[in-house]
Amino acid sequence: MNSTQTALQFELDQQSFWKSLSLFDWVWGFIVLLGTGYAYATYAPLMDAYEKGILISAGASLVALGWHWKEIRGLSLAVFLLSIFGISRYVNGLADAEVDFFLRFLVSSQSAIMWMSALYVLATVTYFVALFGRSDFAGKVASAMTWSATTMGFVGLMVRWRESYLIGIDVGHIPVSNLYEVFILFSIITALLYLFYERRYQTRMLGGFVLLIISAAVAFLLWYAFDRNAADIQPLVPALKSYWMKIHVPANFIGYGAFALAAMVGTAYHIRTRAEQRNSTGVAMTLPALDILDDLMYKSIALGFAFFTLATILGALWAAEAWGGYWSWDPKETWALIVWLNYAAWLHMRLTKGWRGTPMATWAIVGLFVTLFAFLGVNMFLSGLHSYGEL
Amino acid sequence: MGSMNLAITLLVALSIAAIIGTVLQQNQPYTDYIIKFGPFWFEVFKQIGLYDVYSSGWFLFILFFLVLSTSTCIYRNAPNMLREMREYRQNIQLKTLSNYSNSYSWELKQPMGDVQHVVQKIFPLNGYSARLKEENGYTLIAGMKGGASRLGYVLTHLAIVFICIGGLIDGNAILKAQQMLGQLSPETRNIPANEVPAISRLDASNLSFRGSVSIPEGSSSDVTFINYKDGYLVQELPFSVKVKDFRIEHYASGQPKSFESDLVITDSRLEKPLEQTISVNHPLIYDGYSIYQASFSDGGSDLELLAWPLVGGSKQPRKIETKVGDDLPMNLYKQPWVLETSNFRLFNINPSKDPTKKFENAGPSVQFKMRNKTGEAKEYLNYMVPVDREGALYYLSGVRSSPAEEFRYLYVPVDEASSINRFMAYLQALSDEPLLREIASRENFTGAQMLSKDAAQFNEAMIRLTGLFVESGMDGVIEQLEKNVPLDKRKDVKELYVRVLQQMLGAVYIDVLTKEGVDVSLGVDEKKAAFFDAASAAIGSIGRYGSPVYLQLSSFVHHQASGLQIAKAPGKNLVYPGCAMLILGVFLMFYAPQQRLWAWLESSDDGVKFVLAGHAIRNKIDFEKQYNQIQAQFNRVLTG
Ligand code: HEM
Repeated sequence: MNSTQTALQFELDQQSFWKSLSLFDWVWGFIVLLGTGYAYATYAPLMDAYEKGILISAGASLVALGWHWKEIRGLSLAVFLLSIFGISRYVNGLADAEVDFFLRFLVSSQSAIMWMSALYVLATVTYFVALFGRSDFAGKVASAMTWSATTMGFVGLMVRWRESYLIGIDVGHIPVSNLYEVFILFSIITALLYLFYERRYQTRMLGGFVLLIISAAVAFLLWYAFDRNAADIQPLVPALKSYWMKIHVPANFIGYGAFALAAMVGTAYHIRTRAEQRNSTGVAMTLPALDILDDLMYKSIALGFAFFTLATILGALWAAEAWGGYWSWDPKETWALIVWLNYAAWLHMRLTKGWRGTPMATWAIVGLFVTLFAFLGVNMFLSGLHSYGEL
Repeated sequence: MGSMNLAITLLVALSIAAIIGTVLQQNQPYTDYIIKFGPFWFEVFKQIGLYDVYSSGWFLFILFFLVLSTSTCIYRNAPNMLREMREYRQNIQLKTLSNYSNSYSWELKQPMGDVQHVVQKIFPLNGYSARLKEENGYTLIAGMKGGASRLGYVLTHLAIVFICIGGLIDGNAILKAQQMLGQLSPETRNIPANEVPAISRLDASNLSFRGSVSIPEGSSSDVTFINYKDGYLVQELPFSVKVKDFRIEHYASGQPKSFESDLVITDSRLEKPLEQTISVNHPLIYDGYSIYQASFSDGGSDLELLAWPLVGGSKQPRKIETKVGDDLPMNLYKQPWVLETSNFRLFNINPSKDPTKKFENAGPSVQFKMRNKTGEAKEYLNYMVPVDREGALYYLSGVRSSPAEEFRYLYVPVDEASSINRFMAYLQALSDEPLLREIASRENFTGAQMLSKDAAQFNEAMIRLTGLFVESGMDGVIEQLEKNVPLDKRKDVKELYVRVLQQMLGAVYIDVLTKEGVDVSLGVDEKKAAFFDAASAAIGSIGRYGSPVYLQLSSFVHHQASGLQIAKAPGKNLVYPGCAMLILGVFLMFYAPQQRLWAWLESSDDGVKFVLAGHAIRNKIDFEKQYNQIQAQFNRVLTG
């Protein structure tokens, strides 16, 4: 066997996926498998075929996700442990949230979400410190904060889910049913998307911009919670009692999150362009290079578009079941269509006309406002069939 | 037609049209629009179809062009895209390869066979399927991955066409066409379905529609109503739907939890009737028709009301029986009135002021109009059970002159037995002249300082004022005084009369209590005092109440009606596959980008010349990274 072949053999081994897995990867796979198996063994009698399918594929995709994006493992484990802990602190009803120390200050959904809010805001500041102070360390801290904020957000939702059942078995439901809950969802999804690209492109300089949007969401969340005490769990109106809600809403918010990300990247793009025109050597030049920003913008709009398509279609299927028609030109539906068409046009411009650069960046920012209207404005200004989140 | 500019223009145009439709509320009653825009603009907007944008001619026109443009686009691109996804570009020339930005060339010592072997291993290793081509002088190995993205393109765009066409089938474009041909015109009168003329009826052969019908418990319907323009159309069904029972389940907090109807479908084609319960999110699909739980309303509840006279007359209430939805002619004080009962509600769940609980139930209520002989009517909302306001209980009766207004409430206080009797007794006493005269002379309000003749006159005046008070309240009294008394004395006279009137009312109240058998020798307790104030206030405002009777809801039999939506949408069969294609297509397009590699091998004088090249039309940055890794890999293997 000559040198070429040995070298080749070596490469083949190197690259083969299974061989490339570390020990921890296997441990991870095993843990998730164990969890999934346990859940299946315990709850299979209560689940229909779909739910079994969902459980299994959820397990599988979590393993895969953890293998391709290592940080997810830490996140999932932290969320898992904290949530279980939080849930276990509820022994005699919701009232515990007031008396139990841990619930009161850490893991009741309310407190967890307060933690999330605080951490996101801190992270935003820290990211900017990192940007202006050109401090790598501050950057690392900011990422860590963002990760923990996201963890607390997930914990908040998980525990809230449980709390809804503590109110009453018939009240219990997945916490994606009103504006308050989806704002949390929006924050953590946007954060996750950003964190993914942060690792992919090894740049923390964008963090501040993206977290700005999240901080805005948090600000709204807090106003909404305290001014309109929207934080307390309401039972579902009949129209929302549907399986579709569970997938329609999250899919939608992956879309919104990605569009938000794209818009903030667009902002960064503008800033960097200005800096280059003034061929400054300022902070702005520490932002990623223009072609990277452009590519990132395209990627997140593509992601958003894909999931928004999915969400809109799921919505149509749901509407067919709840309202008696897959499309009713209800304002919310219509605005979803508008958002969708807008980004379809964006993609075409980029793909077929080869548009790049500032106009596309501007368009991405405008796109966010259109999206924002579809997401909030409709509930505020237009009346329709969508039965949640009146402001 | 297939041009991108047109496509994008269409996408934008469609968005703008859609926005218009959301800004102006669609398919409202025409009268609302007239009020909003005035007759002129109403007509204009009507002509451009702004009240139903999404089925207006120009909107359909845009859609039609989008379909056309997308189709041509597919027609143009699909063939070579589908070819591309299978083609390996094996006739590419060395020059082209060397010109690619991602390309590199080696001079190698290894035998041709080895290098070729390496290539054929490394390409698949990186997910490229490879094709070998041996020409005289050179060997070309062409690799490709992500061919599916081209298929994605076709699927996505084909999906658009499917969905639009399906949507057009299910939209009411067909109805519009029929109307233009004069075969159809909406019915605007409020008449029973079976009296609606043929021109406004659609028979069961109509293949696509979406109508709604409200069916009282226990009865059935074989038609449904399609809202259309400023009226409706009657859609006949090949079967009849009976609502056996309608239920609203409530959460502990009182909010509604589910709406359900037990349906019975009777169809000559069925050997026995089909029974099924539907609820929100759980429709019944029968023979291509989908039947949904859409809403609910009152189905003609039987009501028993007590009519208490508010102007002097009989002491006893009159019992009235009517139904929600009925108009009941009555004769009150020789005047013809019509009682139009519009709604009955079993629960009135309102946000609670009491912080410990979120909601409170104010109990049943009835809503009705009282129409007098001139045709004017006020609308009333009466609650059946007394409602607590700052610790005291009242019968609430809301009044308004038009639906645009909020209800203004009359607070009728209740006695210890929570009955309305004391209030009515007091009211009647105030309109009972002999009694008033007796009390006036007994009490002798004016004291001694007046001659008996004047006193008698004064008492008469008091009695008139009392009557005036009952008719038009304290304001009326004061107005009256201001008319009759000369300016200089006005102030003190007014004060005198008002004070005395208060005493008068008090005395009458005491008299009522005494007749009730209450011991008033030691005065009256706070509750009774409060009752006096509330009752006097209420009576003071009866003048504005506008109805000669107070209708007290005494008992009822609740009948509900279930609001069903019945739809037939064959377009589904295009739209749903279209949706599947769209999702699949979009994900393929984004996440399986097409990428190509070539390995060009030719034997040079001392070994092998090996040119590696790669090309991608999309995600060039990612591809470059990947290419560089592969190139490095070759380097390690072949020169390492
Ligand atoms: C509602 C209508 C349409 C939607 C939602 C739509 C959607 C899309 C999407 C998502 C892409 C992929 C973009 C990317 O990969 O980044 C795309 C690409 C494309 N679309 Fe459309 N499209 C529509 C109408 C049209 C029309 C009318 C045309 C014809 C002029 C057209 C021509 C193209 C072309 C040529 C591409 C590039 C394909 C490629 O090179 O991979 N599209 N379209």
